[in-house]
Amino acid sequence: MSDETQDNKHAPNVTRRRFLTALVTVSGAAVAGTIAVPMVKSLDPTAAAAALATTTIDLSPIEPGMQMVALWQEKPVIVVNRTPEMLTTLDETEQKGLLKDPNCNVPQQPPYCKNKYRSRVPEWYVGIKICNHLCCIPHYRPKKGSVAPWWLGGFHCPCHGSMYDLSARVIKGSPAPHNMAVPEYDIDVEKKSVVVTKMYPLAHLC
Amino acid sequence: MSFKEWFVKRSPLPEMWREHMAEYYAPKNFNIFYYAGSLLLLMVVLQFLSGFLVLAHYIPTARDAYDSVYGIMYDVHYGWLMQYMHVDGVSLIFVLLYIHMARGMLYGSYRAPREIVWIIGYTTYLAFMAEAFFGYVLPYSNLSYWAGTVITSLFKSIPFIGGWVTTLVRGGSGMSGDTLDRFMALHVTVVFLVIVGLIVFHILYLHKVGSNNPDGIEIKANKGSDGHPVDGIPFHPYYSVKDLFGFGVWLIIFGAIIFYAPTFHHVFLERTMSTPANPLKSLPDVTPPWYLSPFYAMLRSIPNKDGGIILMVVAVVFPFVLPWLDRNPVKSTRYRPVTRVMLIIFFINFFVLAYLGEQPPLPKYFFPERLGAVIYVAFFILLPFVSKFEPTRTPPARVRFRAH
Repeated sequence: MSDETQDNKHAPNVTRRRFLTALVTVSGAAVAGTIAVPMVKSLDPTAAAAALATTTIDLSPIEPGMQMVALWQEKPVIVVNRTPEMLTTLDETEQKGLLKDPNCNVPQQPPYCKNKYRSRVPEWYVGIKICNHLCCIPHYRPKKGSVAPWWLGGFHCPCHGSMYDLSARVIKGSPAPHNMAVPEYDIDVEKKSVVVTKMYPLAHLC
Repeated sequence: MSFKEWFVKRSPLPEMWREHMAEYYAPKNFNIFYYAGSLLLLMVVLQFLSGFLVLAHYIPTARDAYDSVYGIMYDVHYGWLMQYMHVDGVSLIFVLLYIHMARGMLYGSYRAPREIVWIIGYTTYLAFMAEAFFGYVLPYSNLSYWAGTVITSLFKSIPFIGGWVTTLVRGGSGMSGDTLDRFMALHVTVVFLVIVGLIVFHILYLHKVGSNNPDGIEIKANKGSDGHPVDGIPFHPYYSVKDLFGFGVWLIIFGAIIFYAPTFHHVFLERTMSTPANPLKSLPDVTPPWYLSPFYAMLRSIPNKDGGIILMVVAVVFPFVLPWLDRNPVKSTRYRPVTRVMLIIFFINFFVLAYLGEQPPLPKYFFPERLGAVIYVAFFILLPFVSKFEPTRTPPARVRFRAH
């Protein structure tokens, strides 16, 4: 064997080295990525937490004009028994042009609640009582003039003063961007019960 | 001035990289047993990651601990994977620890000047035992409950203060949610940090004196004109690339166990782990995990409570003095046939004891257990005399190495 072939035998084959380095890097990244996905996924909400527990609310104790709050998946759900006078205020706010989204174009409610009442049955408002601004719980203020002289009744947030009408539609001048969210629910007026089934996936809570 | 120069001027890292990686000269004749060390590092990192992720869903109360662990198995996305990684990882760490220690014993890596490396390493092994124990109490299964009760009651044998120590460890008169609170705190903070610290010091002390090799001869005794050992090669890239290959093979084995035999026929994860803690019902037979069971077999081989505990403590402590029990000038058992045979008997005996410790406490096992305990202790007692007088072969002047 001549010296030259000897040298060739021991000279580093740069192309081969580069290929092997690239191979190791790529397969190493693949292994790390493969294990990183389940590791990060394991921090997702657990199946138990995500299991959509339903809450049934009995409507019989709620007199006309009254409201009740029930806890559903760690969130307050408000049910309001609206009187015909209260329902007329909904038209009034619309006519006065007070609302940011009077026609509920932003999908903050299931399609079957896309109306001025934002509910399946006009008298019964069912919604999540969380302000769309920064997650506070607004107060229920049904009396006219109770928040401002022009106030027709609705919800007023104690944190940053967001205002909503009696369908929880946000009033212009509020920091909240959208109407309050409405979950998916079933209502049986005869049996006087509401079953909150799940969050409407497109709705934005806060 | 480039960013690199600016950074390098201010950073200790390039110097550390040179000292411990690029210019750390390791003997070129390492064999397959030398994978265990780097694999242990990998496993500790993986245990940290999987441990963090199961801790994120664990509740350390007597009422909820067991259910929360089952929640990890069934409700957490990929929770079963994190759980099995963490559980099987423990057994594999002990497999690697035993290979790592057996290799050190075979090639005399505990001998001068590496006594402190051995002592730190052996202390790490004991810290892993404590870590594993605290870990398997946390799910609060019936095995956890009774293993916790039995192990903590060992402290009762300490003279005078035993009762107080036992109550202190348990946080009450018996196992309870308070025990889980402090065991979790120990498992995730103190003991884990002690292990990490010991590993750092193990490596620093090793790099001060240099690595041993299968021939047990000092490569630093034979330096070339460049001042580096003739039989040494830089750790990086030679051994770092080799260890990377080891990682690949090892992860295939680890994955195969996790996916196809996660309980390893109920050796890695005992059946009694799947019933909740019940203070009214002892287990059918209380056996420790396989990696602790040799010591447990020795404990029960003596028909006297304090005697058994003393034997177990002696068995655990003996390896600390190993560097001073061996008096032969030759380090590697490659050139000491008698010690090599003694060591192989010692290893086999250790695994027989592990098997016996897993058996129900029946009288038919008492004799083999006593014999095993005698062989274990006899190794350490005979070693000073055998090593002094045994015939040896002359080790070579240079390490034996065949290039490939």
